Amino acid sequence: MKHLGKALAITLFMMAADAHAEIRFGIVNEAYPPYTTKDASGKAIGWEIDLMDAVCEELNEKCTIVDVAWDGLIPALESKKIDVIWSSMSITDERKKRIDFTDKYYSALAGMIGPKDGAMGVTAKELKDKTVGIAVSTTQSAYFKEHFADVASEKSYATVDESFQDLASGRIDYVFADTGPLKEFLKTDLGQGCCEYKGNVEPDDAILGAGVGGGVRKGDDELRERLNAAIKAVRASGEYAEFSKKFFDYDPY
Amino acid sequence: MDFSWIFSYRDLLIQGAFLTCLLLAISVTCGFVLAVFLAIAQVGRNPGARWLSKGYCTFFRGTPLLIQLWLLYYGLGTYLPYVPGLRTSFLWPLLREGLFFAALALTLNFAAYQGEILRGAMLAVPRGELEAARAVGMSQAKILRRIWLPRAIRIGLPTFAGEVVLQLKATPIVFSVTVMDLYGAAYKIRQDTLLVYEPLLLVTLFYVGLTFFITQAFQKLENAVPTRR
Repeated sequence: MKHLGKALAITLFMMAADAHAEIRFGIVNEAYPPYTTKDASGKAIGWEIDLMDAVCEELNEKCTIVDVAWDGLIPALESKKIDVIWSSMSITDERKKRIDFTDKYYSALAGMIGPKDGAMGVTAKELKDKTVGIAVSTTQSAYFKEHFADVASEKSYATVDESFQDLASGRIDYVFADTGPLKEFLKTDLGQGCCEYKGNVEPDDAILGAGVGGGVRKGDDELRERLNAAIKAVRASGEYAEFSKKFFDYDPY
Repeated sequence: MDFSWIFSYRDLLIQGAFLTCLLLAISVTCGFVLAVFLAIAQVGRNPGARWLSKGYCTFFRGTPLLIQLWLLYYGLGTYLPYVPGLRTSFLWPLLREGLFFAALALTLNFAAYQGEILRGAMLAVPRGELEAARAVGMSQAKILRRIWLPRAIRIGLPTFAGEVVLQLKATPIVFSVTVMDLYGAAYKIRQDTLLVYEPLLLVTLFYVGLTFFITQAFQKLENAVPTRR
């Protein structure tokens, strides 16, 4: 009995030690193609997963994926359930108050899609009196408030997927989001049937410019530095361009 | 605890609270009117109407409100644009809003529960009173209007208060169809400021306060109508 207890204690200790040796990446469990999504068997796939694999190989570390809801990412990081937020989180000043970010690993270009009617352009002129669907508290929402709030009206959605649904059924006139998910939606049957790409909005670096980075706990500088070095190395070696080709017809950096 | 965000989000919060109250008022009022018809149909003699009403109540009490709402908004609502002429008609600005479908689903749901309660209350009215009314020569319609329904509503009053409170607590699901009610406002604040507890705490206080107000109002109403038990 005593031996059994000792064996158990050693096993537990080893498990605990093992748990510390890996880096836990928090990924949203809501689908956000092409960056993160799940295949039919529930395995995480996507551009950000490929980047994560490349970065982990560079770090020579074992990485595990932890599914977290979008609103739970920062609390999960702070309560040490995960070590890195790796989920298309834009680097904003508001978020920097709570967590630190690595260097950006991709730039989120913001654009709009709308019904297939041939009317192109996304300036205040085209948007006049229109309704624009935007996912709650994204950088696009902040951009909209600054540039379009006085000519068009905003409709908030919990996820960008729901706004696609409403765009297809004619309840809203535009969806304003990152180009990645927008172009991915336009590849689906629903998207091909109803909608077209209307264009990117005018850049506004103060709101959209900081890009997307990995989130780490405040003061976790060692991990942040290592991730930065790894991202740089993956980018320099050409691996970044290699797997990006599978998803985009442009350089997402 | 950090409540510094309240000031900058006050418009959103006030608007959200207004929408919550509006949805509650619409669904309770319209639902009650519908419930009266449902109850009359169930205690009446017409078998067709009785079965129709029974079926309605069973369906709406037997399915989750969330599914009813989504069936209406994502199901029915998705096909509406294909109805010829509807998109250009004056009704479209109303029909494209989630608020319309939210109010509709809440109303239909409330009517089903309320109809069953009212049916029970109507059956609880002492037969002697109805017979007395008939004896003095009142017509069936007059009995219903003057004796049967008023008595039944009085009997059901304590239960109505509970139903209205339950209805209030059902309203946050409307955020899932883009209605920025009070919960929706809290959700947005939570996403914007990354504060989890404070916005939820504020709306919790609001719901509790409103519940207290509703129960007090019904208490006053109960005291105002004399009932002999």
